[in-house]
Amino acid sequence: MNAPETTRRDMLCTLAGCAAAALAGGCSDFTHTEFFRGHFKELSEDELTAIREKIEAECKTKYDKDVTVSNTPAREGVQFAYALDISRCVGCRRCVYACVAENNQSRDPVVQWIRVLEMDKEKGIDFEHANPYYDAETVPRPGHFYLPVACQHCADPACVKSCPVGATWKEPDGIVVIDYDWCIGCRCCMSACPYGARRFNWKEPSLPADQVNANMHILGNRPRPKGVVEKCTWCVQRVRDGRYPACVEVCPVGARKFGNLLDPSSEIRYVLDKKRVFVLKNELATHPRFYYFYGL
Amino acid sequence: MKFDIARRTRLEALVAVLALVAGACGRHESNDLDLSAGWVPGPDAPSSDSKLHTPPPPFSEGIFPCSECHEADMPVNTKRRELSMAHTDIVLKHDEEHRWCLDCHDAADRDSLHLAGGDKVPFEESYRLCGQCHGDKYRDWRAGVHGRRGGNWDGEKSYLLCVNCHNAHSPRFAPIKPLPPPPKPERTP
Repeated sequence: MNAPETTRRDMLCTLAGCAAAALAGGCSDFTHTEFFRGHFKELSEDELTAIREKIEAECKTKYDKDVTVSNTPAREGVQFAYALDISRCVGCRRCVYACVAENNQSRDPVVQWIRVLEMDKEKGIDFEHANPYYDAETVPRPGHFYLPVACQHCADPACVKSCPVGATWKEPDGIVVIDYDWCIGCRCCMSACPYGARRFNWKEPSLPADQVNANMHILGNRPRPKGVVEKCTWCVQRVRDGRYPACVEVCPVGARKFGNLLDPSSEIRYVLDKKRVFVLKNELATHPRFYYFYGL
Repeated sequence: MKFDIARRTRLEALVAVLALVAGACGRHESNDLDLSAGWVPGPDAPSSDSKLHTPPPPFSEGIFPCSECHEADMPVNTKRRELSMAHTDIVLKHDEEHRWCLDCHDAADRDSLHLAGGDKVPFEESYRLCGQCHGDKYRDWRAGVHGRRGGNWDGEKSYLLCVNCHNAHSPRFAPIKPLPPPPKPERTP
C-alpha cells in the first residue's frame, strides 16, 4: 500500500518541480533558490545570508535605500513579555503610528498591527461593544477606557497550530514570527487567532521610499509581498538588540512595559509581582505573554 | 455576644506580654528602631551613588535661577496669598487647599526645593520631593514601571523626571488629540 503511494507522490513532486522550474526560467524575479529553498529553520548560514542579501538588494532597487536585513537569533535565557497599564492608556494611538513607521507597514492599503479599542466603562471589557474607529477632539472621552490589542505572543498560540505549512512559529525567546516567503496566504491563522491580531496583505503594500525604516529583521519588519499575513513581532529588529519596542518608547503616558520574564529585576516581573494583572480571553488557554494591568 | 470587660483586659494583657517578649527577642534586632541614630534612608531612597540619570528639569525660559529676581535682600513674604506681581500664569491645581509655593520651594534658598522635613532638594532631583506624598508612584517609577522609558530593556534606560511629563503645579494630564482612526472596511456589493 505504501510503496505505490510514495511513487505517486514522488512523481507529482517531480512534475511540480519541473513546472515550477519552467515557470522560474520564464520569470526574472522568481529564482530557483527562492522557490526550492527549505524551511526557515533548516536553512544554512550561507542560504540565510543569500536570502538577506537578496532582500537588501531588492530594497535598494525599489526604495533606493541601503537597508540592513538582520537575522539576529533569540538570546539564551530570555523570554519576552509585555505589560500594558489600561488604567493609564488614553487611546491617543501614538503607538499605532509609531508601529507603522518602525515596522514598514503598508500605508495604502492601511495596515496597522495595533488596534486600540474604545470601551464603555459601564460595560467593562466587552469586545462586542468595543469601537476601534473612535475619533474625537480629545481623548480620553468621558465614560470610556482604552484597550490596545496586538499580537499577544501566546505561549500556546492557536495561529501556529493552525498554519498548514509551518510558516509561523514561536521563537525560543517567545516571539511568534512569520516567514513571509513560506506563507501561502490561506489565512487559517487569522481565523484561529482569538485576538484578531493578524493582518492580510490583500493588495500590494505601498511604502513611501522616504519612510522606509532601514533597520530590518528577516522575520520582522522587512517589506512584505502581497498575499501574506503579517502581525506584531514586538519589534524583533529592536528587542533582539536589547532595545525597547517602538510602542513602548512612544507611549506618552508610559502605559507600555516590556522585558525579560526570566530576569527577576525586570520591569515586567515587577508588574507581575506587584500589580493586578490579567490576560485577554484567559478561558481559551492560549496563555498570552501580553499582560494587562491596573497600575493605579 | 455579650461584651466581657474582664476577658478583654486579659486579652490585652496577653498581647502586651507577647509584644514584650517579641521585642526582647534577639532575633528581631534588625527590626528595632534605634531612635538615637536618626533616620537612615531605606534601600529605595536615592544616595549619591544611585543617582538616576534624568534629563534637566523643564524650566520655562528665563525663569531659572530663581535667585536672579528673588535676591537676598528681597523680603520673604510667607503669607499665603494670590500672586499678582509675578508668576501669575501659574494655576495651582495640586492639593491647592492645603499647599502653596513655599511648601515645596525653599524660602531661604530660592534656587532649591525642600522636603517636608526641611532638607533641601535641587530641582534636578525633584522626584524626591514628589515621592514624599506619592510614595507608591515613586517606587514604581524607580522600578521603571511608572512613567515613560526609553533605551534598553536589558541595559541603560532613559528616565524622565516627574515634571518632564506632569506640570508640578497642575499634575493631571490634559486630554490630547488622538491620531486618526483606521479606515473602516468597505462593504463589498
